[in-house]
Amino acid sequence: MKNMNLYSRGDKIFVWINMVLIALFTISTLYPFIYIAAVSFSEGSAATAGKVVITPIGFTLAAYERVLSEPLFWSSYKNTFIYTFGGTFISLLIIIPGAYALSRPQLYGRRFWNLMVAFTMWFNAGLIPFFLNMRDLGLMDSYFGLIIGFAVNAFNIILLRNFFEAIPTSFEEAARMDGANEFQVLRKVYVPLSKPALATIVLFCMVARWNGFFWAMVLLKDEGKIPLQVYLQQVIAELSDDEEFGNSLLESLYSFETVTAAIMVCSIIPVLIFYPFIQKYFNKGILLGGVKE
Amino acid sequence: MQTKIDQFIQHLRKEWQLYVLLAPTIIWFVVFLYKPMYGLQIAFKDYSIFRGVAGSPWVGFEHFHTLFGSDQFLRALRNTFMISALSLCFGFPIPIFLAIMFNEITNQVFKRTSQTIVYLPHFISTVIISGIVITAFSPSAGIVNSFLSWIGVDPIYFLIKPEWFRPIYIGSGIWQEAGFSSIVFLAAIAGVSPSLYESAVVDGASRWQMVWKITIPSILPTIIIMLIIRIGNLLEVGFELIILLYQPATFETADVINTFIYRQGLQGAQYDLAAAAGLFNAIVAFILVMTANTISRRFSRTSLW
Repeated sequence: MKNMNLYSRGDKIFVWINMVLIALFTISTLYPFIYIAAVSFSEGSAATAGKVVITPIGFTLAAYERVLSEPLFWSSYKNTFIYTFGGTFISLLIIIPGAYALSRPQLYGRRFWNLMVAFTMWFNAGLIPFFLNMRDLGLMDSYFGLIIGFAVNAFNIILLRNFFEAIPTSFEEAARMDGANEFQVLRKVYVPLSKPALATIVLFCMVARWNGFFWAMVLLKDEGKIPLQVYLQQVIAELSDDEEFGNSLLESLYSFETVTAAIMVCSIIPVLIFYPFIQKYFNKGILLGGVKE
Repeated sequence: MQTKIDQFIQHLRKEWQLYVLLAPTIIWFVVFLYKPMYGLQIAFKDYSIFRGVAGSPWVGFEHFHTLFGSDQFLRALRNTFMISALSLCFGFPIPIFLAIMFNEITNQVFKRTSQTIVYLPHFISTVIISGIVITAFSPSAGIVNSFLSWIGVDPIYFLIKPEWFRPIYIGSGIWQEAGFSSIVFLAAIAGVSPSLYESAVVDGASRWQMVWKITIPSILPTIIIMLIIRIGNLLEVGFELIILLYQPATFETADVINTFIYRQGLQGAQYDLAAAAGLFNAIVAFILVMTANTISRRFSRTSLW
């Protein structure tokens, strides 16, 4: 199929047009990132006047200096790490044993438990009852509330359960002969054999936590607990209405645009660092088998 | 009866460990997802924080009457369907084209690089997407208006113009998700038997003909299933981005059911009314998803979950 000698002239034109279109799509995907990076390194006056196109105008680190000197930036960055790693850890702690139990044929009422999990993918009570429930549980404005309240979702459990179900029972027989109990079978046989599925779930959880914004904004009132995304949203909302900020900047090197762009760059960098690991796993198509029962 | 209970106790004695493993999951679902379903009854009550969910008096369908008599809610309902339908029309075909085009690229380095780049926006947070949009479309500082003034068009304050909200919202959705959504179709193409292409080559078929006669018919079932899923999730508009981008000036075209619920309930503390809107939303969504699943089961003999 990929034999080059068989290409006719029509095919060559087809291949070229195809390449050009893909290249255009790729560039337009990439461009907003380049634009934001260029704005973040530009002089405030140039950015505000709309002069930045692809490279920084009047290169300066003023916006970064301003962002990095803000204590709230650092505390929100720290909080994002707490939510990301704490949240992912708690998720695994609940999901792995749960998915394992749900995958066992001898579990009493297995169909019922599975349906109970899956039903939440089709029907959920919605924002308000969830919010009131969190408030009644006293989980507003706490690290623990934000972490536990979003620790589990049906999709991840079903994904892992399906993976466990596909592992042949012959793997666990040797362990059973040695008298291993369920905890040991899970820890010594199933978890090591499920690394790709677990990696997928870890990445799902981490990306969701890193980017999570809406519930953090709704549930957290204490500025000291907000994650980076909420901080960024607050900066965008406050600075864009703030006339004084604009005026006082006339002689300074940063502006509303360069400061928000600098925060965005700081927030994207960890995603870029992790991205190669993420990509390694989602290419394997594990995502796709997930929802089939 | 007695023997059944005995059997069950024996089973528990032997397999108690499984239930210990299962317990955290079940408790979590009960506390965080099923208990709110019980709380949904406030949609039929005059809810007050002090009386709580159970103690508030019933008011029947009063909140639903209010909702369906309110222009704001009807507007949100209309906008939800409009935004969803438009995203479907413009957003759905693009990943299919992308997958087919990626498949036709023979230069592996080029292919992998461009795939890496187009998948990336999927992993970027909504707040950053909104930040990019706000910066790029700003009236004085944004690149879009710089470009417009360069070609001699007066600057437009895009984010306060109702007619621009949907194009901007749907466009940023395509920018963020089109690449990542193409993975499903690429996987489907990877499953097409190579012998089909080989025999087509022997018959002297061009690449263009192979795309039309082999690739597209082969992935048609996947396309139809994905389309059914999308229609089933019609009410699921990404409202986070809307909250970040809309303003009172654009509510007319931007306000959807979930943003309406957010404003009435979480910002305005009208919990009962907002819960009623949420219940309506959830029931319609449930019916849509169930219908989609039934259709796809009939169509493909495999259920979606």
